Amino acid sequence: MMPFWDTYLGILILTVLKTLALVVPLLIGVAYLTYFERKVMGAIQLRKGPNVVGPFGLMQPFADALKMLTKETIIPTGADKVLFVLAPMITFGLAIIAWAVIPVNNGWGIANINVGILYLFAVSSLGVYGVIVAGWASNSKYAFLGALRSAAQMVSYEVSMGFVIVTVLILAGSLNLNAIVLAQKHLWFAVPLFPLFIIFFISGLAETNRAPFDLAEGESEIVAGFFVEYSAMSFALFFLGEYANMIMISGMTTVLFLGGWLSPLPFLPGGVLWFLIKVFICLFVFVWVRATLPRYRYDQLMALGWKVFLPISLVYLVAVAGVVEYFGWLPHA
Amino acid sequence: MIQNLAFYLFSFILLASAVMVVTNRNPVHAVLFLILGFVNAAVLFLLAGAEFLAFILAIVYVGAVAVLFLFVVMMLDVDFAALHEGFQRYAPVGALVALIMFAELAFIAGTWAIAPAGSADRLFPTPSDVSNTVALGQLIYTSYLPLFQLSGVILLVAMIGAIVLTHRDRKRSLQQDLFVQHTRTPAQTLAMVRAPLGVGVALPEQPQEETL
Repeated sequence: MMPFWDTYLGILILTVLKTLALVVPLLIGVAYLTYFERKVMGAIQLRKGPNVVGPFGLMQPFADALKMLTKETIIPTGADKVLFVLAPMITFGLAIIAWAVIPVNNGWGIANINVGILYLFAVSSLGVYGVIVAGWASNSKYAFLGALRSAAQMVSYEVSMGFVIVTVLILAGSLNLNAIVLAQKHLWFAVPLFPLFIIFFISGLAETNRAPFDLAEGESEIVAGFFVEYSAMSFALFFLGEYANMIMISGMTTVLFLGGWLSPLPFLPGGVLWFLIKVFICLFVFVWVRATLPRYRYDQLMALGWKVFLPISLVYLVAVAGVVEYFGWLPHA
Repeated sequence: MIQNLAFYLFSFILLASAVMVVTNRNPVHAVLFLILGFVNAAVLFLLAGAEFLAFILAIVYVGAVAVLFLFVVMMLDVDFAALHEGFQRYAPVGALVALIMFAELAFIAGTWAIAPAGSADRLFPTPSDVSNTVALGQLIYTSYLPLFQLSGVILLVAMIGAIVLTHRDRKRSLQQDLFVQHTRTPAQTLAMVRAPLGVGVALPEQPQEETL
């Protein structure tokens, strides 16, 4: 007889347990990321941030969640009801399923698939549908404008992001995320690919619709953009989806450029803790940028994506490929 | 067993959404069903073990092409009644295309049924020792390099064509040149003038701004 963990039922139970072990900390992380953002922004702007609910305001995320849950879900009369309800689920669901392939430690990814990086790229490019469907289904001009902006923005920045990823793949010689991290054992890709690292991070800001690229929700011009008609839990799902996406982009940056779980000091062992620290630093930069920089104008945003990032990443890709080929540094060569 | 169940489930969704694409009255819903169809096709690729193709399909078609398509359909007010008018006229052509494709499919499936060993005689059988990303790369960049390059050139030509067709050299909005803007100094734009009583000031020579 087969051991229990090799039967269909056993595999199913094991996978569910693994998923829970990832998703529960992730959701708590998302909740506390909102707290973290408010505290850090408070400190930057010489305020205190949330400090009333619980010690140091630590219960604030739960109070917010409770408030959201008890509010009324309003579906506008002219809205496309099915799509209107579906859109926040798409956004939040996609933000969560991307985590299936991210290796938090050597071989710890739930699914260690051959083409992990393509999976991540595909999922992050699907994220635009939540936004665009929400904007259209709301049947509101502001929401629609926000959706159009964000769709154009996400598609534009994905192109240069793709080239950055291809450059990383040339150095790593694999599409498997675990192998990409292991390829950085001696040198993190952030060092030889420093400009691309910056481009990737900025494109990540644009991809998650975060400041200074939060044109989709630009509250001073189009109210709240694509989720202007949403209330209560469906609004909360968009909100959580945005924060989950931030953690996801930070995780991607960590895996592709900052050596994942590898330790920066040769005498210390690598592990989950390093991964978390690196993700945390990336998240801090996300918040820092939001508190520091003013919002881009739409044409500046497009110009930056197509006229600056795309040429740089394209040239860098060809240059890296040439150098690696000339010196015979190609992996598996 | 589970593989078969998954195959039938996803191919059913694929066919159902394909039918919905054609019959749906709302153009935006039709495009969304098309996207659902793409995703299911990607899953079928995945079940067949072609993970590279599956994700490329998802990235290129779902992530990029369909977004722009959705964009256009949402912005344009497509008059579907007018589109349906041509249905009678184009139906025979469509039926002919469908028939040819069906015949080809039957031909391929028939070959498998008659000579199951025939697929081993293919020019490039699927290698079992490397992942299919590597296998594809080894084939595309060696034996089929000229064809691959040629398809790239065709895409380039199409892209240039699209730009030529849509490009209009017409300034519709005021644009600022960031370099010029950042290098402006007060000396170029500001003049401090003390106006004598009862005389006033003469307007300084205005630098001629280029008109748009």
